Amino acid sequence: MGRLILRDIHKKFGKDEVLHGINIETGDNQFLILVGPSGCGKTTLLNVIAGLERESGGDILINDRRVNALSPKDRDIAMVFQSYALYPSMSVRDNILFGLINRHISKGDREQILQDVTHMLQLEKMLDRRPRQLSGGQQQRVAIGRAIARRPALFLFDEPLSNLDAKLRVEMRTEIKRLHQELKTTMVYVTHDQVEAMTMGDLIAVMNDGVIQQLGTPDTVYNDPANRFVAGFMGSPSMNFIPVTVRQSDGTLWLETQGGDSSPGHLPLPLSTQSKLKAVEGEDIILGIRPEQITDPGSAREGSALHTVELRVEMIEPTGADTLVFTRLNGTPLVARAHPSTALTQGTNTSLSFHMERAVFFGVGDGRRLA
Amino acid sequence: MHTKEFLRPGRFLLYGLLSLGALFFLLPFYVMLVTAFKTMPEIYSSGILALPSHLNFSAWQHAWSSATIGAASEGIHGYFLNSFILVIPAVIISTAFGAFNGYVLTHWRFRGSNAFFYALLLGTIIPFQIVLLPMAWVEGKMGIAGTLIPGLMLVHVIYGLAFTTLFFRNYYVGIPHDLVKAARVDGAGFFRIFFRIMLPVSTPIIMVTAIWQFTMIWNNFLFGVVFTQGGQQPVTVAINDLVDTVTSVHMWNVDMAAATFAALPTLVVYLIAGKYFVRGLTAGAVKG
Repeated sequence: MGRLILRDIHKKFGKDEVLHGINIETGDNQFLILVGPSGCGKTTLLNVIAGLERESGGDILINDRRVNALSPKDRDIAMVFQSYALYPSMSVRDNILFGLINRHISKGDREQILQDVTHMLQLEKMLDRRPRQLSGGQQQRVAIGRAIARRPALFLFDEPLSNLDAKLRVEMRTEIKRLHQELKTTMVYVTHDQVEAMTMGDLIAVMNDGVIQQLGTPDTVYNDPANRFVAGFMGSPSMNFIPVTVRQSDGTLWLETQGGDSSPGHLPLPLSTQSKLKAVEGEDIILGIRPEQITDPGSAREGSALHTVELRVEMIEPTGADTLVFTRLNGTPLVARAHPSTALTQGTNTSLSFHMERAVFFGVGDGRRLA
Repeated sequence: MHTKEFLRPGRFLLYGLLSLGALFFLLPFYVMLVTAFKTMPEIYSSGILALPSHLNFSAWQHAWSSATIGAASEGIHGYFLNSFILVIPAVIISTAFGAFNGYVLTHWRFRGSNAFFYALLLGTIIPFQIVLLPMAWVEGKMGIAGTLIPGLMLVHVIYGLAFTTLFFRNYYVGIPHDLVKAARVDGAGFFRIFFRIMLPVSTPIIMVTAIWQFTMIWNNFLFGVVFTQGGQQPVTVAINDLVDTVTSVHMWNVDMAAATFAALPTLVVYLIAGKYFVRGLTAGAVKG
């Protein structure tokens, strides 16, 4: 349930246009993530969907019903806020029931819903408490409970986990995913945290400057980014960008890395990529390669177009699961991800393998995807 | 460690200055009280600061029920009641409208709401004297000139609106807008949000505003003397008349007893609700 369709949504605040024609279409029961840096317009878009802000143009359809002219309460939505926004003077019970009373749900039904919600989120022990007597995590559960009680066609989440500590955030992430599976309702979830976006969503809209840069599954957005912005925003540590020049010799395309003080380097290209880059031969382009695609030779998967280079280790950051290696390729800073058992010493050279078949390429000026 | 801290010269200076300040403000009240308990001969014979030889309540009785004010000799009790009849509705109405205005100005912003707010702010610095003539003209047109209720009450309500709106606006600015959004999604309308979400968390600022308005209106003399006549006047005007209506000798003890009666309600209000006053004022100051 809960198909959301946005058609060419524009939003202006005075003369400033903050949303430049947003188009999104979800299926039933999807988990849509709106992700982007602060000020990209994602929260404004959520408020427009909720009806808390009026759009300047475009259509909003929830379950194929155009809701532009409807007030928030008539749009069949529920919303969870970053600040939880629990009504401070009401008990947890009254917080959950408030929306139901406003909608004139009968007392018997209200009690049944309250019981279901309480059970689903384990709120039994705190029903009579006030919001300020609850911890942040508990307040968050109540806020979610209040939204669930409505049984809406569409759930809207506005950065709901950003006020929680790291451990609780991971727990609540799982809990919200579980709820999504149980409730079988479309959820729209705003976050600036690309890890949340990757782990929770089945459809991600990466936004920047009021424009959707890419709309796709987590896998597509991560592995097949539409442009340099998406590639750089998704993933942590973020993708390495290396300025290179496309060269040709003996009918084979290869990449020349521009060196600072050292002599130019040489990176080979897999055959599939060569054909796509023929058009930009002789030009400067940007090579994008994720840290996990530059590894110690031992971790490198066989059968891939590997290119191994000796690089100087400037710094290491062991994360436990693997070790991040900070190095430089002809002056360009690089982050690589090595197996934790790799022997690494700061200031010495180590072999690192580039998985060139996973590399992506962007134009220098506009950041558009070339291959 | 605490004793050491206390014994430092700086501490002595601090407490010395504070005590001096307290003495400065308490001395007139002390003089009022001791004078009111003295008989007239005692007032002439003893010093102004001397304690009365025994507690003499005759001046209090006289001031309350038989002193001559204007034409009648019934004491100030009728005027005392007038002040209550005036203050209670005036405080309730001006506070209620202030809360409502503050709510609209912070959570239902409209085009020009900032300009409206600054215009209201201007109202807090307009002296009493400036509004006298326009008010008198308006009340004359409305046919309520010279009455305590609704005439004088309306003057106080209108004059107080700028202050009460400012107080509530600064308090409601600190209440997250997400609360209003959440309530709107939950199906609550403009008034329901005001009564169910906003008002229940407004106790501190309601106390501040009520104390402020109570004190302002109770102590006000100018509006009372201009806008009411005869038996309709509030207690502040009555005291002035009492002091002015000199027959043969000036009854200092009666004047002082009457003045103490007039000061009591504000004193009681501060004693009961004073802690809210400080709390509410600082809450508004930090967030506003």
